[in-house]
Amino acid sequence: MTGMNTPASPKLQGPLRTSYWQHLCHVASENPVTGLAFGLFALIVGMALFGPYLVPFDPLDTGVGPALQAPSGAHWFGTDHLGRDVFSRVVVATRLDMLISVSAVAISFVLGSIMGCFAGYFGGWTDRITGRLMDTIMAFPLFVLAMGIVAAAGNTVENIVYATAIINLPFYARMARAEVSIRRNAGFVQAARLSGNSELRVLFGHIFPNTLPPMMVQISLNMGWAILNAAGLSFIGLGVQPPAPEWGIMVAEGANFIISGEWWLVIFPGMALMLAVFTFNLIGDGLRDLVDPQRRT
Amino acid sequence: MPPMLDKLRKVAFRLLQAVPTVFGILVVCFLLTRALPGDPAAYFAGPMADAESIEEVRKTLGLDKPLLVQFITYVGDLAQGDLGMAVSTGQPVISELASRLPASLELTLGALVLSFMIAVPLGVLAATRPNTWVDHICRFLVTAGVSLPTFFTGLALMYVFYYLLGWAPAPMGRLDMMYLPPESVTGFLTIDAIIAGEWEILGAALAQLALPLITLALFTLAPIARMTRAAMLQTLGSDFVRTARAAGLSGHRVLITCAFRNALLPVVTTLGMVFSFVLGANVLVEKVFAWPGIGSFAVEALVVSDYAAVQGFVLSMALLFVALNLLIDVIYTLIDPRVGEEV
Repeated sequence: MTGMNTPASPKLQGPLRTSYWQHLCHVASENPVTGLAFGLFALIVGMALFGPYLVPFDPLDTGVGPALQAPSGAHWFGTDHLGRDVFSRVVVATRLDMLISVSAVAISFVLGSIMGCFAGYFGGWTDRITGRLMDTIMAFPLFVLAMGIVAAAGNTVENIVYATAIINLPFYARMARAEVSIRRNAGFVQAARLSGNSELRVLFGHIFPNTLPPMMVQISLNMGWAILNAAGLSFIGLGVQPPAPEWGIMVAEGANFIISGEWWLVIFPGMALMLAVFTFNLIGDGLRDLVDPQRRT
Repeated sequence: MPPMLDKLRKVAFRLLQAVPTVFGILVVCFLLTRALPGDPAAYFAGPMADAESIEEVRKTLGLDKPLLVQFITYVGDLAQGDLGMAVSTGQPVISELASRLPASLELTLGALVLSFMIAVPLGVLAATRPNTWVDHICRFLVTAGVSLPTFFTGLALMYVFYYLLGWAPAPMGRLDMMYLPPESVTGFLTIDAIIAGEWEILGAALAQLALPLITLALFTLAPIARMTRAAMLQTLGSDFVRTARAAGLSGHRVLITCAFRNALLPVVTTLGMVFSFVLGANVLVEKVFAWPGIGSFAVEALVVSDYAAVQGFVLSMALLFVALNLLIDVIYTLIDPRVGEEV
């Protein structure tokens, strides 16, 4: 850990990086589950990028097979009430689900880091205002706040992204604030200041990069929760509108058929959702072991 | 100062601290009502309104006044319990919410109690036997638990226990149509049934409650078990536990009186986050099981764009969340043996 807190001079970069890589391999071999998680992650990224070109049927095409048919050789995950191929829909949905959660997490990471960095570095009223703002967001049950935001701002996919970004903001802002404030008077920061760097340059050029490892863990753990959140919103009919393939809405559509026994409409998209969340949570745990072995719980 | 008085002073101080939080909630809810897509006045005037009647609606709603005045009016209305009318049902939002709140509370609180009863012993077991199969199972359950979307777990349970096994009744609300609900005292069907002494109804209500309860409990199990395990590991490694062991206290006694009681405190403080999750997940579970609580009311209102109802729901959920957190903090202050001792 100490190697990462000191600014790496160009000469040090080489050996530092290899030792980090070795550490990664060591952690991955010690915990095979993390290795599995990275494999699943590659699968999800592959499905998101190439899914639409690989699937056997058009996900929107009704009547590619008889309606409500159980899984078979022709339709691996069966067909839904309009005769669409569930397998194709589950695979194609990956892109939309990932797009929503990645953009939401990216927005909250960028905004949250900036707010947290300013709050932690300058303190004073910046800190108080940011703190109050974050406390106010956290005063709501987060999913309910997201519902309220989408309901008020309009029922679109963009608003789902913004709502998910807003409810995740406090986690990033608080973490960035804590990480910055413990380093704001560290030796390397004072050295950077003395050599004539401006405050902003010190903050974003010298302190912020050092907060990235714990932030990466946060991002990974947060991704899973962002996916769940977005899928939950579309499950209750917000954001994504049918017939677009999306896991949450597919589960919602299938829910009407579960009491008559057509399980495949719910189980497959639900499993895909679960697997995605599980993957990001496992990666997050693995990364945490890598970055901060002491906080392993 | 006597310890009890000191505790009361701390409780009062904690209650005061909730005031800015509630103010923040009011501001956000107010802003959400103003953020209606397009012009709120045009929305409330209806699709057939011309410019003149829109202007009239704007005047009657007070939307032409400055924001600050509007905010004061908004808070004033809230103080009188006026949350507006629910367009979908034609009833005041506040009475709609009040009549549905017991159903939601019964589900949420029941799930919290259930998951607490399972998660705490699980966490303690995992902490006392680190790196054994108990620990691994606990770890797996914890990671799987937070990864499961509640609506998916609910549907899967429904499929297995209703469709395949036929153990659970049809997922249609709080009580089977065959039974008349008992006389309403608390609004909680199970408790009302006990008060009325109607055991058959109690059984029917519990049968309806079982699946949604388990679904929610599975979801909240994970964070509680995780925290219990971490807190227990920390207290088990602490000096006072070592001292107690060295003094020759029995292993059981060390575990319960020394370690467990101290580990409970951090667990109680993390309950805030669990509440946030459970109140959100509650909405999804209510939708899945057609549970007539405030969550499914809000979902129905969302579908027909009944904004007053949704905003009333968001506000009441936030206030409920604040109240639950306050309750936990007050309990924490009262049970913490350290508070008041150092004076």
